[in-house]
Amino acid sequence: MNAPPSSAADPATSSLWELTAARLRLFFREPGAVFWTFGFPLMLTVALGIAFRNRPAEPALVAVVSPELQRALEGNRELRPRLLDEASAREALRTGKADLVVMPGPPISYLYDPARPESRLARALADAALHPPGPPATVDRPVVEPGSRYIDFLIPGLIGMQLMSAGMWGIGYVIVDMRTKKLLKRLMATPMSRAQFLWSFVVMRALFLLLELPLLIGFAWIVFKVGLAGSALLLLGISLLGALAFAGIGLLVASRAPNTQTVTGLINLVMLPMFVTSGVFFSTARFPDSIQPLLRILPLTALNDALRAVMIDGAGVRAVAVQCALLAGTAALSFAAALRFFRWR
Amino acid sequence: MSAAVRVEKLVKKYADVTAVDGLDLEVRRGECFGLLGPNGAGKTTTVEILEGLNDPTAGSVEVLGMRWARDERELRQRLGVSLQETHLPDKLTVEENLRMFRSFYRRGRPVDEVLELVELRDKRGAWTERLSGGQKQRLAVACALVSDPELLFLDEPTTGLDPQSRRQLWDVVLGFKARGRTVLLTTHYMDEAERLCDRVAIVDQGKLISLGTPAELIASLGGQQVVELATERPLAPDELAGLPSVRSARRNADGLALTVEQLHVALPAILGRAEPSGLTRLSTHHATLEDVFVHLTGRHLRE
Repeated sequence: MNAPPSSAADPATSSLWELTAARLRLFFREPGAVFWTFGFPLMLTVALGIAFRNRPAEPALVAVVSPELQRALEGNRELRPRLLDEASAREALRTGKADLVVMPGPPISYLYDPARPESRLARALADAALHPPGPPATVDRPVVEPGSRYIDFLIPGLIGMQLMSAGMWGIGYVIVDMRTKKLLKRLMATPMSRAQFLWSFVVMRALFLLLELPLLIGFAWIVFKVGLAGSALLLLGISLLGALAFAGIGLLVASRAPNTQTVTGLINLVMLPMFVTSGVFFSTARFPDSIQPLLRILPLTALNDALRAVMIDGAGVRAVAVQCALLAGTAALSFAAALRFFRWR
Repeated sequence: MSAAVRVEKLVKKYADVTAVDGLDLEVRRGECFGLLGPNGAGKTTTVEILEGLNDPTAGSVEVLGMRWARDERELRQRLGVSLQETHLPDKLTVEENLRMFRSFYRRGRPVDEVLELVELRDKRGAWTERLSGGQKQRLAVACALVSDPELLFLDEPTTGLDPQSRRQLWDVVLGFKARGRTVLLTTHYMDEAERLCDRVAIVDQGKLISLGTPAELIASLGGQQVVELATERPLAPDELAGLPSVRSARRNADGLALTVEQLHVALPAILGRAEPSGLTRLSTHHATLEDVFVHLTGRHLRE
């Protein structure tokens, strides 16, 4: 049998396209991956949005040891006094069932833990009720502006977190899995371009971004009326930089890891500190001033700050330039380092 | 034309072990060449060096007249490789896998044609994870054939497969060779080497211990037949070695193994000597490469 004329008749498709198509197919055929990328962030949004929804302030729980005191405090709607004997009252304070114990005097005494904010509040409210001030010199004007709710703070943080974990798992873990299964070695035995192989992951992340971002932002708008104060294009640009930065870090953790256990450890080592300190669920301002400069240069902090600035404050390019530069720098450095150290076979 | 593969004084040392210890090989164009040896003989290390996936500690390697350091890009275009174990992506179909591999090469064979060749046309739409062991292995070989390579490397292509799957794969290899292409395969199955290979190199502990056609290697035993026997009272090999037409005798697990030239001459003499010692078992078979290996090393291939 003779070889058929080696086939120009069968023009091969582009290998960048084939590699990217393979990545997309493998992703969408893995229900777990689809859930963690698309379903989980939505569930988290709903759960946290419900848990931290804005509610009327809860009345302070006050244990009182005499009926006169109970009557004196019942006039204030922000207080809920309960009459107990002294031992039970102290027990209630200790177990958190009461924020404050009021003992009859004279002098009237307040038992509370000054380290508990709700106890300090209860003390102030009770004190005001027992010693009514003179005619008010101040006026209260409640403020609930869009952008000031917890959910408004949360959504940009979740987008940042999502970009981080999708990059780290979707690239770092997947590449090491290919190495463990000797698939990387098999590909190295072909003339496949290494650059195209790596690009296929970047292209995949960029394509996913176009799905993830509208999904999460649209969902947050429909369910929680979380708005977008700034430019959508800028938000997309920042997200793209964030995705690239974490693609680079994902590649870097995968560059030498021999098996999936090692890379799982490395991914968690990189991600967990940022989950806590980069302002996903609460502001980085809660950490001491001395470590703030350190937190500022974490890629997830930069990403979250920039996303929040655009979504909540409507910031322009100039306002987020520093964060964008930091993300671009992280991407460039991590890609360069990953290529330098990558173990291909 | 240059040899398909030329290896001189190849050495590969790892921290604690010398995997390849001064190997010389030449594979001619158009032949199927077998590296036969037990596990740990250095077969895979040797093949991976030839495939440019591992670096030699010393020695020279020439593949299709080219060298890895200089001609890697060109060589990759012209070689087909099937590794000992590759886990192709579970959730890509047979056809998607092949198209992906095809896209890496400038030239190649149509995917449909290769599917036909490895008898996977019916499975083209099936995910890799749904294939049987034999089908997976044929797909792995198909990924190596889709570039229509000049030289095909197969590292233990049929290990762990059932007899029917092995024969199907052998047909694929023979079909490829019939197109005038070169094959280098490793195996620890003597029947595979005898069936597929024009020439066989027997390697053990990183060294070449014998080289030739399967027939030549078997002929080197001096006899075409092997007689194995056991007796109640042990016999020394020397007591049988001198009998007519017996070419060699050695101990095996529970008795003796003799190589014999003419069975009808040797057998009556063997029986005459063994029966007084209480013959409990006697069997004969055509000598195989396994016997050659045992003769050369005193060990079995699959120990």
